[in-house]
Amino acid sequence: MNEEAGASGPPARAGLADDERRLGWLMLGPALLYIGGFVGVPFVLAVLLSFSDATVGDPHIHRLVGLVNYRRAIAQPQFWTALGNSLWITFLTLLALAVLATALSELLARPFRLKRLVQTLIILPWAMPVSLAAVAWLWLLDSTFSPLDWLFRRIHLLGPGGWFGPGLHFYYLGRTGLAIASIVTVNVWRMLPLATLIVLAGRMSIPRELFDQAQIDGAGFFRVLLRISIPALMPVLTVALLFAALMVFGDMATVALLTRGGPGTATQVLPYWAFLQGINGGDLSGGAAVALFMLPVLAGVAIAALRLAYRSQQS
Amino acid sequence: MRRGLRTVAFYCGLAAFTLFSVFPGIWMVLTVFKRNTDLYSIAANPFWFHPGPTVRHLLFLFTGTHFLRFALNSLLIGACVVPITLLLSVPAAYALARLTGRWGERSGMVLFLVYLIPPTLLFLPMYQVVTFLGLANTLWALVLVYPTITVPFCTWLLLGFFKSIPRDLDEAAMIDGCSRFEAFRRAVLPLALPGIGACVVFAFSLQLSDYIYAATFVTATGAMPVSVGVPTELIRGDVFFWQGLMAADAIVAIPLMLAYGLLFERLVSGFQSAETAAAGS
Repeated sequence: MNEEAGASGPPARAGLADDERRLGWLMLGPALLYIGGFVGVPFVLAVLLSFSDATVGDPHIHRLVGLVNYRRAIAQPQFWTALGNSLWITFLTLLALAVLATALSELLARPFRLKRLVQTLIILPWAMPVSLAAVAWLWLLDSTFSPLDWLFRRIHLLGPGGWFGPGLHFYYLGRTGLAIASIVTVNVWRMLPLATLIVLAGRMSIPRELFDQAQIDGAGFFRVLLRISIPALMPVLTVALLFAALMVFGDMATVALLTRGGPGTATQVLPYWAFLQGINGGDLSGGAAVALFMLPVLAGVAIAALRLAYRSQQS
Repeated sequence: MRRGLRTVAFYCGLAAFTLFSVFPGIWMVLTVFKRNTDLYSIAANPFWFHPGPTVRHLLFLFTGTHFLRFALNSLLIGACVVPITLLLSVPAAYALARLTGRWGERSGMVLFLVYLIPPTLLFLPMYQVVTFLGLANTLWALVLVYPTITVPFCTWLLLGFFKSIPRDLDEAAMIDGCSRFEAFRRAVLPLALPGIGACVVFAFSLQLSDYIYAATFVTATGAMPVSVGVPTELIRGDVFFWQGLMAADAIVAIPLMLAYGLLFERLVSGFQSAETAAAGS
């Protein structure tokens, strides 16, 4: 737009447009430089590191050793467990989030009493730092003192004669399937507020006339949901799920504190495996190689995001 | 009749979601005031106190641990990171909304794509950068690194706010003799204040929530923020100081929850304009 003004206008206007562009870069520049410096440089270093033989004791990159670190990474069975778990946990979390965020935003779009209070309470999970939230769940899902177990015992689902057998406890974090389900639950719990905020914003942007018209036509609740709300919400739902996917796939605090990857290595995920190798194990280069395996997935997400942005520009 | 049923279903749904969100919080607050004999009893009703509640563990958190140090560290880091974030992302968002041409838009895209590279991919080389700068084991390392998390998100959020402010406003101010920058400062910035408020809260909670950078860079107790300090100090091997852990969690989460609650409507309208801006540009 500035270019047009510069080309067609008199010289004075061209000067103004140039000034504006300079100001534009002056205002955008610091953010770009900061991010470029503190993300770009480490990113290049991450790639170099993964090809080197650096350790925590000797963190300098002396020589490149080729694909050795990658080969060593994929030779470990834990790596494949971690990769599979990362993908599986992220997928299940997104699936649940898509349903729950749509439902919750549908509820919050209506007026009701005590709305402010409900809004405030619903945002609680997002207000907790991830690590502290994981600790809170660790206590909630404690193997012996979980209040959930107590509730299940009270309604006779657990314990002698209960549906789930005579045992007094579920051991949520001690069995592989339940442990994965617990991690997914914590992720959904934590991401639901942000996803709902984003979807709710999209829900409020749907023109009222669409709903009014549907009501005149006599469409029921589910018909309106399927025909109007969900199609109109697809773009924002995608944005919400993208954010959630990045935060869940890249998160290690939940697993690190909740299960420490256990039982055994059954709930290991890529970021935590990279951390264990790189920092605790002292193998910087090996950890970097493991972490870089996240890149193809993230690149896929990035391409999806760009295509989405492009498509919305086209329409 | 149908109407009544729907109202019941509506409130049941709402109650279920609210319970899901706050249940760990309720359990957390109950735990804080429990005595050890009560806490470690399988038979007793966990939702009541037998015998009565105690504040001993709450006091222990403040007197027997470094919690105050961690909280101060987190506040200090936040007090540095939030202004840095605003200084970088407010002008950047305005430039992206109004000033830059095609290349500006592309570099804006790069800024957002950076958000797609998670800290868990960058923490190992970031550790080297921090060591190289001589900042390892200090909280300044975190002050330096956290804007990489907060700036892209806040720029995206603010971009929506700026785009929702009509261009005529800047132009009217410029016709009145303001320069572009003055128009931005005097006419546009005051209207973007709700957006900036939202950014302050988001930037603060994003930096507070980080775990991996803090766990990697800082091993000295005195420099730890809450997210790493609390689990490190109150989980000693297999011994968990549950009441203290829960108290620390509640003390951090409840004020932030209230801040988000106050901002809820504004956040929704902010996201709304961010989304229409993304769709309309």
